[in-house]
Amino acid sequence: MLEVKSLTKSFDGFKAVNNANLDVQKGEIVAVIGPNGAGKTTLFNLITGILRPDSGTVHFKGENITGLPPYEICRKRISRSFQVVNIFPRLTVFENVQISILSRERRSWDLFTPSSKLAVEETDRILENVGLTKKRDRMTALLSHGDRKVLEIAMALGGNPEFLILDEPTAGMAPEETSRCIELVKGLSEKLGLTILFCEHDMEIVFGIADRIMVMVRGATIVQGSCDEVRCNEAVQDAYLGGSDVCLM
Amino acid sequence: MAQGRIRGKAQLSVYAGLIVLFLLPLILQRFYIYLLSTILLTGLLATSLNLVLGYGGKFQFHHAVFYGVGAYATALMLTKTSLSPWLSFIVGPLVSGFLSLVMGLICIRLSKLYFGMLQISLGSLVWIIVYRWYSFTGGDDGIHGIALPDIISSPNGAYYFTLIVTAACLFVMYMIIKSPFGSVLQGIRDNPIRSEMIGINVRRHQLLALVIAGFFAGVAGSLFVVVDNTVFPDMLFWTFSLEILIMCLLGGWFTFLGPMLGAAIIIALRTFVSTYTSYWALVLGILMVLVIFFLPNGVLGYIEEKIKKGFIEPVIEE
Ligand SMILES: Nc1ncnc2c1ncn2[C@@H]1O[C@H](COP(=O)(O)OP(=O)(O)OP(=O)(O)O)[C@@H](O)[C@H]1O
Ligand SMILES: [Mg+2]
Repeated sequence: MLEVKSLTKSFDGFKAVNNANLDVQKGEIVAVIGPNGAGKTTLFNLITGILRPDSGTVHFKGENITGLPPYEICRKRISRSFQVVNIFPRLTVFENVQISILSRERRSWDLFTPSSKLAVEETDRILENVGLTKKRDRMTALLSHGDRKVLEIAMALGGNPEFLILDEPTAGMAPEETSRCIELVKGLSEKLGLTILFCEHDMEIVFGIADRIMVMVRGATIVQGSCDEVRCNEAVQDAYLGGSDVCLM
Repeated sequence: MAQGRIRGKAQLSVYAGLIVLFLLPLILQRFYIYLLSTILLTGLLATSLNLVLGYGGKFQFHHAVFYGVGAYATALMLTKTSLSPWLSFIVGPLVSGFLSLVMGLICIRLSKLYFGMLQISLGSLVWIIVYRWYSFTGGDDGIHGIALPDIISSPNGAYYFTLIVTAACLFVMYMIIKSPFGSVLQGIRDNPIRSEMIGINVRRHQLLALVIAGFFAGVAGSLFVVVDNTVFPDMLFWTFSLEILIMCLLGGWFTFLGPMLGAAIIIALRTFVSTYTSYWALVLGILMVLVIFFLPNGVLGYIEEKIKKGFIEPVIEE
């Protein structure tokens, strides 16, 4: 469904992503792992159009989407959440999700219908789905960090995506929030049939929900394969465990 | 709900205010009616600026250009053509909107301050043209004694026309802010990257906002012709843009009626102060500094904060 080929991006000569390769099949959950600064977020920014690659290609459902602006990529039904919470701070929880739906329905050019009457049902359904119904009318500035991360996902769902990209969805969450979030992500895959690409530092989570794993080190893909293939791969052991031959997890 | 109650009260006071404004000519002297007309149309101008400034997050530094060009377009049509005078009140704003589109297309790629700086440059260019083109615009003399349809040529007629048009325009702008387009515009202001990522073409939405703001500035310009029967190049000089900007900040640029209040305060103050001293610019400067330090959200922003605090206990959890 998604195919990334030898993608490269440098910042002032520093190669943040250097020959990254990735493929994701429909319905799969794929994890990207790698040490801090490996280039995972940059890779996601390249796929979603926030950054333009220096070279390499991104294909989605057979179509070349390399270098398209984010709003066009979003219209191809690719949505994402951000590692650093990235929401509309002056709007309520409800409005944050609603605006995403309105945008998808191309109603953002509507000048005269009051927003408050639009997409109410769908917004509420998404909030229900992610468990934010009780906080519906709060200003997002007053939410806990965990709730804001969940709101990130809810906003991504507002785009009715087929393909969902999650950048460290559980980062900074309390343990009990984390397990709720994992359940949510699993549910999205199982119930809604979404294809999911995510990155995460917690190996337990990664091996718990991913069908396949891509390992990135210093901007480059060193391996992509099933959990078992990755677990005892030598290159991965080198990168993560400094050459010891103990398997990950 | 508390919020519903606040909204209900706000609505009531707007209606009450409108009724009072309608009755005022019965008791006020001519001069005050003139002053009130000026406040209304300048308030409309400031509100149109705030659409892109407060709600759109764009540093629209030379908004007066659209006001001046709208006024000139109306004045020129009234004096140089024999078309229906009423048509000129539409043509003025349309010309402003078009100019806003052209300038917007040139400036929109730049962000933050650079947008504002380029706009000042382009706007000054327009000012120079108006200032120098004697044969067409009357140069630094401007155009005076513009004849108007009878019904709006008396001070009261001009006042009622201004009041009705301003109220209607404010209503339309309020609708726009509450519409999906308005929500999206505010979303872009707060977080352009997230907006793009939920499928919004940021630049196109901002461009439309600029055109709308330019159009309504043009309406205010046309109203000025009605109230003053004159146009002059200073209307689009950059210092006036600064003054409108200060009106928004003073009144409260995150509130809808803040700019109108700011316009009222500044114009009343200017009228009052200039009878005593010629240092109006100095007074304005001091006022600006005071606002920045003590009322960062403006007068109406401050009042709104107080009211909300009284009604709703903040819910914070962590
Ligand atoms: N806009 C930028 N300008 C310059 N350097 C950048 C920029 N964005 C990222 N980098 C650099 O690129 C490298 C990769 O960053 P990236 O955020 O993609 O890593 P990551 O794998 O997501 O790390 P983490 O696990 O900490 O989130 C880092 O060294 C970072 O400093
Ligand atoms: Mg990252």
